[in-house]
Amino acid sequence: MTLKTQEARVTEPPSASVPGTETPGTASLAGEHSAIRKYLLGRGSSVLADRSFRWLMILCAFSIFGIVVLIAYELVVRSRLTIAKFGMHFFFASAWNPISDNYGALPFIYGTLVSSLIGLIIAVPLAIGVATFLTEMCPKFLRGPLSFLTELLAAIPSVVYGLWAIFVLVPILRDHINPLLIRLFGWSGLFARPNLGIGMLAAGVILAIMILPIISSLTREVMTAVPHTQREAVLALGATRWEMIRMGVLRNARIGIVGSMILGLGRALGETMAVTMVIGNRPDILKNLLAPAYSMASVIANEFTEASDPMYLSALVEIGLALFIVTIIVNALAQLLVWAVTRGAPARVS
Amino acid sequence: MAVGIQVDNLNAWYGTNHTLMDINLHIPASQATALIGPSGCGKSTFVRCLNRMHETNPIARVTGSVHIGDLDIYADVSPVEVRRRIGMVFQRPNPFPTMSIYDNVASGLRLNGFRNRRVLDEVVERSLKHSALWEEVKDDLKKKSGASLSGGQQQRLCIARALAVDPEVLLMDEPASALDPVSTAKIEDLIFQLKSQYTIVIVTHNMQQAARVAERTGFFLNGKLIEFDSTHKIFTNPSDKRTEDYITGRFG
Amino acid sequence: MASQYQTSAFTRIRRATTNHLASGLAVVSTIIVIAPLIAIFAYLLYKGASSLNLNFFTKTPAPVGESGGGMANAIVGSGVLLAISSVLGVPIGIAAGVFLSEYGRGGKLASMVRFTADVLNGVPSIVMGIAAYSLVVLPQGHFSALAGGVALGIMMIPTITRTTEEMLLMVPHAVREAALGLGVPNWRSVLSITLKTASPGIITGCMLAFARVAGETAPLLFTALGSSFWSANLNEPIAALPLQIYVYAISPYDDWHRLAWAGALVLILLIVISVSLVRYVTSRGVLKGAS
Repeated sequence: MTLKTQEARVTEPPSASVPGTETPGTASLAGEHSAIRKYLLGRGSSVLADRSFRWLMILCAFSIFGIVVLIAYELVVRSRLTIAKFGMHFFFASAWNPISDNYGALPFIYGTLVSSLIGLIIAVPLAIGVATFLTEMCPKFLRGPLSFLTELLAAIPSVVYGLWAIFVLVPILRDHINPLLIRLFGWSGLFARPNLGIGMLAAGVILAIMILPIISSLTREVMTAVPHTQREAVLALGATRWEMIRMGVLRNARIGIVGSMILGLGRALGETMAVTMVIGNRPDILKNLLAPAYSMASVIANEFTEASDPMYLSALVEIGLALFIVTIIVNALAQLLVWAVTRGAPARVS
Repeated sequence: MAVGIQVDNLNAWYGTNHTLMDINLHIPASQATALIGPSGCGKSTFVRCLNRMHETNPIARVTGSVHIGDLDIYADVSPVEVRRRIGMVFQRPNPFPTMSIYDNVASGLRLNGFRNRRVLDEVVERSLKHSALWEEVKDDLKKKSGASLSGGQQQRLCIARALAVDPEVLLMDEPASALDPVSTAKIEDLIFQLKSQYTIVIVTHNMQQAARVAERTGFFLNGKLIEFDSTHKIFTNPSDKRTEDYITGRFG
Repeated sequence: MASQYQTSAFTRIRRATTNHLASGLAVVSTIIVIAPLIAIFAYLLYKGASSLNLNFFTKTPAPVGESGGGMANAIVGSGVLLAISSVLGVPIGIAAGVFLSEYGRGGKLASMVRFTADVLNGVPSIVMGIAAYSLVVLPQGHFSALAGGVALGIMMIPTITRTTEEMLLMVPHAVREAALGLGVPNWRSVLSITLKTASPGIITGCMLAFARVAGETAPLLFTALGSSFWSANLNEPIAALPLQIYVYAISPYDDWHRLAWAGALVLILLIVISVSLVRYVTSRGVLKGAS
């Protein structure tokens, strides 16, 4: 079966002469033609250049591993004196006596853990509340400004938080909140005089303020990643808005939320300046949350330049080593959890 | 000046997916050859094998040989050298967004180290005239960015960019499929005028387009070359029933 | 028969109340979160603005008891430290980002590098300080701006790597293909086409890293050490804005407290400008014209 198609009019141009097109003279500039061709043909395969460039990039990528190895190496080398002298006992002893060269890191571990815990206890419910509000309830016009504000919160340097904490937060705690806590909960032993304002609780509160933006923005990310079909399915069953959020969103996002909590914990563990400025800097292990305490990062910050003898320095570096290992483990765990939920999309650097 | 392309026993794989099977054909010099076929039949893959662009995908593999003129492009030279002799125009216009019109056209030369200002000026003007864009942009060469032109103009800019390096062969992968009819007509006129100087291979979904511009046409189906003959014959009296079915619109 | 499907009035009221309560709590927590932010900014402005005068930007710290001192050396010192750290951090960071996007994409090595970079971003900055102390201060025998720059540079690398990768991934594949199709060598294409196209985004990523590093105090405590004087030698201790704020804040003198507030205000303003700029550029579309 033959078909009637347009005959291929291959001898004539498809349309009438198109204005603006000059028929290119093939004879002219023929010299230029071959000159360019000759130039390009003589350029070579550039395989060597490509390979070298690629290896340079790989080298720089390896620098990331190199940094971790370098830090670990320096920390281990500089702390070998106390590692040799105290071994694991270093982390369970509470003495801190540069004069008699007796070092134990327990008070600092206690201070770091308890202050971070307080920070988490305060921050997590608030962060989930903010994230819920911003993703599910917030009117559209407010969403941009509010998320911008939380982003700004994350960008404020630690020392500025500390400054504000010393002159604003601590007086508020000392004059208004702590007396209330002592009166209401003094029976538990957690809140007792002396009420200086600075201490474990102050550190916990400022930590809460500082880790809140991270936990909340990450929670928002995982909540937004929950597909709409989940929300609709729950609503179709007749749920109220809160029930929809609880069952359709939070339940699905809970792994990621746990991940963001752990990430917040990691940040709190390593937080230095703000904590140093309000924790009181006394290596005591006390039940009283209003008493001064000391964190791992704080003792390094305060005493590093005073460490006159190698054993003292080694003790401080060993605390730094412990901090390094713990924060790496905590952060790696958090990254894995968040990654699992957001499916490996490049995580935002906040 | 233009050369023909000889393809012998070309097979291509993407990973384990055998996308081209035993392709044998000779593309004549100084003519336009059209490649038609339904979506996914391998015509785009085939064209990308001609300038080794498929190698940008790390799981791609090829056996067989392709000779551009008397140069075996897989054995004798590196991919970079091959692509300097063969120009390619893609389906969606892709001018370099950070460059002006002038810089776009000159980029093939500049990025290979060419510096001579006078020659660059002449090459840019010539290439833009060849691609029928010169009159429209000659006053804004360095002021306007390549991306600020309309779709049809951008594609002609990409053609000018490909022509500036004076290739022996010009490959066009559905160059007008993203354009409006007026731009499409202009591009087809261009191909008509260019084919006397270059060997052109054009992949097209549009059978009327193939009929309009090409002397020879090849029909691809499921990775095989079913029929390759003069355009007139393919469209009026095809030898293979599958070709006839495709042309009459039975599928694809 | 219908009664067994009807929820009791009690349940309905309970569910409605819970709903309203939860909504209320969400709003309240948002207010509680935003409030300290506004409080901090307001307090900074209130306390700091009054001390911001010409002296602040031109004079070095005055001895205790004398007024009229400033933080000029700290501002310049921060700039110097930023410059040193950029020399170390920016090229390596961008190169690593190029690797992740252009050469390793999808591979195992790239995943490990990315993961390690993210984990490194969470390591406390004081640990970087210890590393720099061990690497630079101990062998040299003295504190120096160089050591401080090294500590900050190490901090910059993972940050810049990730932002560079993100920006490079946004360059459309068609642009890379166009360059390759012209027979441009891969290295040239990456440098002159891909990097150039993504450069607005990469630059803003670097600015974010700068803003973060500019506010860091802990790694400088025992590397750059801080100083009350102008410093011209990279092998000497150098002042830095956050360091100076810290020293003044924990001091017992009111004069110095006021300077600390002023310094904090300047630091915050710089950071707010950077963050806003970054937001502005990325919202406008980093890649002008690339479709």
